[in-house]
This record gives sequence, C-alpha cells and structure tokens, in this order.
Amino acid sequence: MSERARSIRLTALRRRPRRTGIVLVVVGLIVAALVAWSVLSTGDGATGFRAEDLTVAAGGEVLDATILVPDGVDADHPAPAIVVAHGFGGSKQSVRSDAEALAGQRYVVLTYSARGFGDSTGEIGLNSPDFEVADAQAMLDLLAQRPEVEQDGPGDPRVGITGPSYGGALALLTAGYDDRVDAVVPQITWNSLVTAFFPNYAGASAAGTPAAAPQAVDGVFKKLWAGLFFASGAAPILDQLVAGDGDAPPLLDGDPLCGRFRPEICAAYVEAATTGRLSPESAALLERSSPASILDRITAPTLLIQGEADSLFPLSEADANARGIAASGTEVALAWYTGGHDGAGSDADTERLRELTSDWFDHHLRAGPEPTGAFEYAQVTGLSTTNGRPTSERTVSETYPGLVEGSTPRRSVELTGPAQPAAYPPGGSPAAISLIPGLSQLTGLLDGVGVDVPGQAAAFETGVLDEPLQVVGSPTVSLRVASPTGQAVLFAKLYDVDPDGQASLPQGLVAPIRLTGLPTSVEDAAPVEITLPALAYRFEAQHTVRLVLATTDQGYLTPVEPVLYQVAVAAELSVPSVEGEPVDAASTPWIPFLLVLAGSALAAGVVAWLLSRRRRRTEVADVDPAGVGVPLVVTGLTKAYADGFVAVRDLSFRVEAGQVVGLLGPNGAGKTTTLRMLMGLITPTAGELRVFGHRVHAGAPVLSRLGAFVEGTGFLPHLSGRDNLALYWRATGRPAADARFDEALEISGLGAAVDKKVRTYSQGMRQRLAIAQAMLGLPDLLVLDEPTNGLDPPQIREMRAVLRRYVDGTSTADGTGRTVLVSSHLLAEVEQTCTHVVVMHRGALVAQGTVVDVVGESSSVLVGVDDRPRAVEVLRSLSGVLEVADTPDGVVVELNGLERSGLVRSLVGAGVGVQQLTPRRRLEDVFIALVGEGHDVD
Amino acid sequence: MTSTEPSGAALGYRPGATLGIRVELSRQLKRRRTTAAFAFLVALPLLLILAFTVGSEEFEEGNQVNLVDVATASSMNFVLFVMFATTGFFLVVVYALFFGDTIASEASWGSLRYLLAAPVPRARLLRQKFAVALILSVAALLTLTVVSLVAGTVAYGWNPVRTPVGITLDQGEALLRIAAIVAYLAFTLLTVGSLAFMLSVVTDAPLAAVGGAVFMMIVASILDAVEALGEIRSYLPTENQYAWVGTLSTPMQTEDMLTGCLQTLAYSAVFLAVTWWHFGRKDVVS
Repeated sequence: MSERARSIRLTALRRRPRRTGIVLVVVGLIVAALVAWSVLSTGDGATGFRAEDLTVAAGGEVLDATILVPDGVDADHPAPAIVVAHGFGGSKQSVRSDAEALAGQRYVVLTYSARGFGDSTGEIGLNSPDFEVADAQAMLDLLAQRPEVEQDGPGDPRVGITGPSYGGALALLTAGYDDRVDAVVPQITWNSLVTAFFPNYAGASAAGTPAAAPQAVDGVFKKLWAGLFFASGAAPILDQLVAGDGDAPPLLDGDPLCGRFRPEICAAYVEAATTGRLSPESAALLERSSPASILDRITAPTLLIQGEADSLFPLSEADANARGIAASGTEVALAWYTGGHDGAGSDADTERLRELTSDWFDHHLRAGPEPTGAFEYAQVTGLSTTNGRPTSERTVSETYPGLVEGSTPRRSVELTGPAQPAAYPPGGSPAAISLIPGLSQLTGLLDGVGVDVPGQAAAFETGVLDEPLQVVGSPTVSLRVASPTGQAVLFAKLYDVDPDGQASLPQGLVAPIRLTGLPTSVEDAAPVEITLPALAYRFEAQHTVRLVLATTDQGYLTPVEPVLYQVAVAAELSVPSVEGEPVDAASTPWIPFLLVLAGSALAAGVVAWLLSRRRRRTEVADVDPAGVGVPLVVTGLTKAYADGFVAVRDLSFRVEAGQVVGLLGPNGAGKTTTLRMLMGLITPTAGELRVFGHRVHAGAPVLSRLGAFVEGTGFLPHLSGRDNLALYWRATGRPAADARFDEALEISGLGAAVDKKVRTYSQGMRQRLAIAQAMLGLPDLLVLDEPTNGLDPPQIREMRAVLRRYVDGTSTADGTGRTVLVSSHLLAEVEQTCTHVVVMHRGALVAQGTVVDVVGESSSVLVGVDDRPRAVEVLRSLSGVLEVADTPDGVVVELNGLERSGLVRSLVGAGVGVQQLTPRRRLEDVFIALVGEGHDVD
Repeated sequence: MTSTEPSGAALGYRPGATLGIRVELSRQLKRRRTTAAFAFLVALPLLLILAFTVGSEEFEEGNQVNLVDVATASSMNFVLFVMFATTGFFLVVVYALFFGDTIASEASWGSLRYLLAAPVPRARLLRQKFAVALILSVAALLTLTVVSLVAGTVAYGWNPVRTPVGITLDQGEALLRIAAIVAYLAFTLLTVGSLAFMLSVVTDAPLAAVGGAVFMMIVASILDAVEALGEIRSYLPTENQYAWVGTLSTPMQTEDMLTGCLQTLAYSAVFLAVTWWHFGRKDVVS
C-alpha cells in the first residue's frame, strides 16, 4: 500500500465515528418516534382465542351459535362465561366485535342468532318467555356442559349476559326467569314496549330519579320508529338505510306482510299502526315481552347502559328498569352515553362502555375490583376532528339519586310568553320534524333539525342565561291547555337558542303528551304538569332555553280532525341536575412523548459533545510542527469530481512567508479548484494542504488566518458595503478591534459609495469591496483569485501596489510582512505583481520558482530575416549557438555564449537582412501554446 | 508573524463564537423578503376583518367543524378562524420561506463560501441558520396570532369563545388553548421547515428550495384527499395538520395532535439527518 493510500484510509477511519454517531442519534430518534406511534395506534395486548361454530337445538328450532374460548382456558383452567345477544334485525355477526373484546378479557363468550334472525330458524316472538327466553336458557344449559366454563354448581355455569336493544331486553328477561344468571349488562333497551311505542309524558313521575317519566296510559303511537322496528324484523331495512345499499329489496320468505314475525305479534302491530291505539290483548302481549313484568325477580347485579341520543328507547326506560330492579334490593348501576338508536356516540364513549361492561363482569363474575360510582353520564362537547363524530366528557356520581334514597336536586327557571293558539292541521300535515329515526346516523347531524310549522306551535322562553344551565334528567313544567274537543295531543321539546338566534333541538328528542278533560278556554284551564325528554345537556351562558309545544310531529300518529288549541305556561321550568366528578378520559400519553423527546435530545447532546471533543483532539493533533512557519504547503493534491473529471492532479508546491506567489495557468488549469480546497470548501480526493503546518479541512480553525477572494464576490445585496463588511467580521466571532475596517475600506477605495446598498454596485466596486473583505483582520495569508478582473488599468496598478505593501508590511500598522497567493491567467500580471510563480496546466504543475527564474528573459531570440534558409545555414555554422529552429514567425536561436550583437553582425556579414530581433522569455512558448493563439499575452 | 490560538487559529477566533444568532438575525431581518412576509402577516387579519365587514352575513350551513360560522363571535374566535384559514397553505409557505431560503440564498449570492472560509464550521452554520429560521418562523406565527387577537378584540370584542358545536369556553381557558394550538403549529410545521432546510442545502436556487417544499406539501394534501389510498394516508405529513382543532373539544382531543408531533419528529429527524450528512461532506462550488 502506498503512503498516500494509507493516509487516505486513515483519514477515512478517523472520520467514521463521527458519522456513525450522528446516524445512531437519528436512527434512535426515528425508532423512538415510530415505536411511540405504533404503541399509540394499537390497543393493549389482549389474549387470543379460538372460535367454534355450533348449532343448538332449542324448542324445535335450530339456532346458529358461536363459542369463543380464550387461549389458556380449558377444563383445568375454566373461566366465567358471557352470553352476548344481538339487536333487532341483527345476528350473531353484528355483535362479533363485542364478543371478541370480551374473549380477549378471558371470558368464554357465546353468541347466537335469535330465532327468526340470521341463520337460525323459527319466527320472531319478540323476546317471548315461551320462545326467546327459553332459547337463552338452553344456551345456559349448553354452557353448563362445557368443561371450559367455570361452574357455580351442577348445571349452573358462572355466567353473565349482555346485549344491545333486543338483546338487552333478552338479558333482563332471562335474568328474571333464570336465577343462574350472575350479572347483567343490558344496553339501550326497553322497560316496557307499551311505554316505548305509546309514550305519554303528561304528568310527572313521583319517583325522585333524574330521568323518570310519568308513563301515563293511552300514549301517542310512535309510528315511524314502530314501522322501522317492525320492518327490520322482516328484512334488514336499517342496514340497508345506513349503508345506502342500492340493491333491490330482497324477496321475503313466507308472508310478505308479517315476514318472520309470529302471527300474534304481526296482528298486534297491524292493529296499532291502523288505529293508533292498543287493545288490552295487544298490551298484554307486549307486557310479556317487557322486562317491566319481571324486574322484581332479578337478583343478578345489573348495569344499565342507555343512550342519550335515543328517541326509540329513551333514558326514561332505563330509569324505570333501574327502579324496578333496585326495589327488590338488587345492585343496579346506570351509565348514559352520547349515542343510542339515533347515533353512534363518541369514540371515547364506545371505549368507556366496553371498559364499564368488562369491569362490571370482572367484579361480579370473578371478584374484580368494585366499579366506581353507580351512575355515569356523558355530555357532547365537540365534534371529532377525524371522523366528525361527537366528542364527550363523562361525569360519575356515587349514586343514582332517588333510586335507593333521596331525590334529584332541581332548580327552577322562569319561562315567559303569553297564552298562544296552536292549530292542529287536518290530517296532521304538514308536521313538525324533530328527528328522522335511524337516519341521523347517515347525516351525521348532532342535534335534531327541529323544524316547527308556523301557527302549529306555542313557544315560551327563558331570558338570556347569565350562566350555563346544566340539565341531567327530565325537566318538568306546568301548562294550561284549552281545547274545543276537551282533548289535546302536544309534542313538548326544549330548544337551545344561541346568541345568533339559531335554535337546535338537543338530541332531537320530543315528549308526546295526550291530555284529556280540558276546558275550551285557557283561563279556565287547571295547571297540568308535563315531563320533558331526559337530557344530559348544558345550555351555555348567553343562550336561551325555548319550550315549544307543537301540535304535530312526523314521528307520531296523530288524529285527522283539525283543532285549535290554546296553550299557556303555568309555572317555572323545573330542571334536574346531578353533581359528580369528571371521569378521566383515557388521556393522551404526552408525558411519555415528552420523556422520549427529552431523552433523545439528551442523547443527541451527549453524542454531539463527545464527537466535538474527539474532533477537537483530532484537529489539534494534525499539525506538522516543522511547518508552522510556512504559510502553505501543498502535497500530492488531487481532486477528481464525481463525473470522473480530474481538476487537479498530484499538485505539490510551497509558499514561503513574505512571498507574493502567482498561481498561473490558463482557464481550466485547476487554479480555482486548488483555491477552493485551500478554503476547505471542497475535499481533496488525495493529498493535503497545510496552512502554517495545520492540515486544511472544512472549517479548520487555521482558516481564520487566511483571507480569501475566490470565484467572484459574495455579498448580501440588501446591505451596504460597510454593513456587509461589519456583519462578515461579526460572523467570524473575532474582536471588532482586530478587523482594521478603516484600512480595509481605504483599500476598497469606494469612498461614499460604501454606504450604498451592494445591489447598486458595479462589478469593479464589488470586486474591490471583496478584496477589502479578504483583507479584514490583515490575514497572514491572503488568497486572491483573479483580483484584477474587471478593474481599470489605474486600479490594477493601484492593486499591485497594495499587494506589495501588504507583503512588505509598509501598509499595515504592525509593520509585519505577510504572504499573498494570487491566481491569474495573465503572464504579465503575474510577472508584474509576484515574486514567485507556480504554473499549472490541466491540473498539473508545469513549473515553479521565482518569477525571474521561471518567466525572466531566456537566452533564446527570435530573429526576423528576409532569407530564412540562408540565415539558418549561417547560424548553424556559428560557434556559441546551441540550437536553431526555422519557424514561420522567424528563426528561433538558442544562444550559448554568443552575444546578440555578434549574431546580428554575422548575419549581416553573410548578406542576410535582419528585420527584427526579439529576446524571448522563458515559458513564453509553452504558455502561448497552453493558452492558445490570440490570447492576450502582452 | 502574528500570534495564534493553540488550535492554530488567528487570535480571538473561537469556532463556537462564529455566526452568532444576533448576527444571523440582523443578516436576515434587513431582507426585503423578511419584512414583506411580516408585513403580510400583519395585513392578513386586517384584510379578513375587512372581508367579514364588507361581505354578507349569510354563511353556508355545514355539519363539519366550521370555524367560519363563528369567526366573528369574539376576538379569539377570530384568531381560531385565522389559524384555520392559514394552516393548510399560508403558514406552510412561511415556514418553507424562512427555512428553505436561508442557505440556498447565501449560495446564490456567493456569500456562503466566505462564511465557510471564515471559517464557520459547517455543522455550526446549519445549527445557527436553523435556529434563526425557527425564531423567524415562530415570530411570524406569534405575529399573526397577536395581530389577530388585537385586531379581533377591536372588531369583535373580548368575549368567550364559541366553538362550532355551541360549546362556550371562557377567555382564560381559550387563551390557554390558543397557546397550545400555537405550540402545536410551531412544532408540527417543522416537517415543512426541515424539508425546506434539506432542499436548501441540496440546491443553490432559493426558489427551488422554498417552492419544492411547498409543492411537496401540496402534493401530500392532495393525496390526503384521495380516500382510496386508505392506510397510506396516515403516513402523509399533512394528515394531522388540522389536529389542533381537537383542542376546541372538552376534554381536549389530543390523540391526533400527539400523532402529529411524533410524525413531525420522525420526518424532521430524517430530513435534518440528510441535511447535516449532505452538507457536512458537500463540495461547495457555488
């Protein structure tokens, strides 16, 4: 291995740790960010499970079931079981994700399609105790046979039941009919199908619970929801609506009217939808399908989850269930969330409900920690930025007031407004719109659109609220109503009116009211109390609460005959609220993020410090002690560019102190490339430069002793010449006193123009300013690249003088001589300015030495004669002549002892006419050849 | 022969003292580009107020987060609207300008080689340039916020903030959240900043660096709008640029903001690593 190759290798070795360090820091940062990113986007690790499809024979039907057995659960390690029932119109597939989530919590989970749904056979009995409840009991029997399932006793599995809506009612009914059930979590389900589909909010409940509804008899038929509910039992209409599926409706098996419903259920629906009233027989049928009938028999602890955005089974249904179960001393908790049958709810709620469900089962099926608080509610606080769904905050309270003891605190808010007429149109059309059931999921609307037909509604308002009004539960109010028929159907709702007058109907909820025994004049009317829909809602300060009593609502069946009602308010609005503590939402892990950030910054700092220490050591070490007095030593310098062009090839020369060295060569000789390497701007491919013994590399401190003007000027055009020099010097970080601004400005010779913006300067002015900049601080080695380009002849002359004085020290205050390296492509320039010269051509050194030695007069002369052949003949015969060459320009003679006068004398004596005789300088022939003909070598 | 430092440097030269922040700031501040950018930042809120005054009161109803509806409800609502209006493009341009122009313009003037030969160590040059670009960018963001706040207070009053879904935040709470938004924007826009900074050392043309960064952000936001790309979209640098809207919910939705910050961290680490690696070994020939 050659010496140079080894030194290159060593250089590479020395530099590698620095790069590795930076790469390490970066890789570390990226990995940390990516790890944190992926941890965020995936949930916590849940256990795996295996799924087993089963067909279960029950009551003559075949039910399609799936059992999920978590990994590690077997006969030796049994786990409690949970039955997950599905909603109306769904199948076991629609609750699969909930089932999998529970299986991930180490529960054996059983899901099945109820009879009449999915791949199960049979007809829909609407959770009849004889059919669906019996099926659920068959499932408990099955779980009693499974070895993986923990058993409380022979034939008695440790089991909980959960499910939404239809499945929720089934859970409650099964818990009522079968005491093997150990825990129940029904979601968004009904208490009574009668009050759900025939609600009447006339009156006020005696119960002190927040969302208690009066459940008066003879309600108003909720036709739109009933129709959808019934139709979805016949075909998956809701799915089709929500998915916007364009397929033609599928052909139904069997009776196109009744679909898969049992005949008696179908008949009851047809009757209700036709008459708007419920016969006692139908009522009895619905009651058997309602948990209300068996609540007192439930002994399993029950968590009731109900939706605030639910016009089908509103909060009052869960309230009634809770009261019924708690009456017999069974443990009950309630959780409201922002979704329901009218909307999906916030993402945080969805997550929280899963958490609440598994906490409930954990506590009651395997002695997990006790859940906190008996009541939680959520409030919409905004819209998600990512999916447009609502965001929410949750509040937890120790108790559900009024359930076991006490009652819900209420405050009164005054309502004002005169007695108003409200017309009921013939046929009930056009009708007010509060909410389109199920479709709100499509439109993504947060609150009901709330359209009232003018003349068909009476409105009463509170004043502008000074402070927010919090509502948790059902507000109540007293009205005076008059009707010529003695009867009235009204739809009560509370609007939130913002300061711009925009009204929104929270959750799109309305309370239908049927009043009887009314007088014909409002003055005669006795106050009647009514209950409004239960809300968890905050009316903001500066908003107004508006109570509207509409005569129509699209969602409900109303009579045909037109009527004109009179409506007035009789008392203040009574607003319930429940205090509680905010539930900490699953908070974003900012702390770990900041720790990662701080840790990475710290690591980066430490590595940077280590590297800078290492680098400083390397730099200090790389000094040639013998060379500290030599301004520049270039050794074996080579620069090959990436495209293979070799700009400088094995260049070696020295510049001693006190010299003015000219770097001479034609354009493209590699002068500028050499100077760039000298400034540390580009890295040599091989070889090195040493300035005062210090090896030059990018940013080498020794460069501060070098002043340079290379390859044109570099100024900030928006600043004056003076500011440019001042800022440049400040950028070097050196003391201002060392700059010698005045001397530099003197050299620039710009006069008053120094305070003008550089943008306005001529080329020559910029050039002189750049040379002045290079001389700032009187550098020990001044490097100028083609300094006279663009200067006038007088300026060129002045520049030569400046450089001479710079070197001999007469121009500087300290009187110390310095060194100058000037590049030029002009021979004359170098000859007149420099003491020494380095000649380059095509990247390689051609000659070096003193100007006198290299460029001075040589012993050869060019002789112009009239007869060249004769002259050559004469000259060759002379002694003292070394060589004679015949060229078109004349005869070139290399003298060796013969004087020029003797040469002329001999020629003239031989009869040759001498026209001219020109002494030739060394290098000139070579240089002319290099730079080409016609170039200005004067 | 003058006396020297032990490092061989001229007396008084310390690498750590080169190109101080204040020096670089005064180099940049006097530029027409800088003053023009700040002038526009001051003018923009005033223009918007004028537009709201002259324009009709009718706003289109929408069910998405729409800060225009409530822009004139209070000074801070106005601030939020200005931020919403500038996040996607204007602030991107501001960051791209300050980060992308800083080194490329020195290269195009030729002053870069004199700084490097001063010598300002290359890593230090990058560090100081980055710091000053960051200072100017954050100052721009703060200017926009403060001018909007002051002008908004004069025009619309010092009222509680109304969010598009009707929730009201009192002034103190709203100020805190605006501070959080400014911090989020200041940090996450570093994705654009780092990209522009990287381009600034790769090219000698300032326009190419600034334009290139803005162009790539526009491409990213167009791709972001193509839902067919699915999961890929979540890796686009523009995916979380509006995540700060989550601060308008109660409780604040900061999950997307965290994702945005992590994304910025990852992107910036890559861009800046390339910057330092490339510039550290680059042959400066401009």
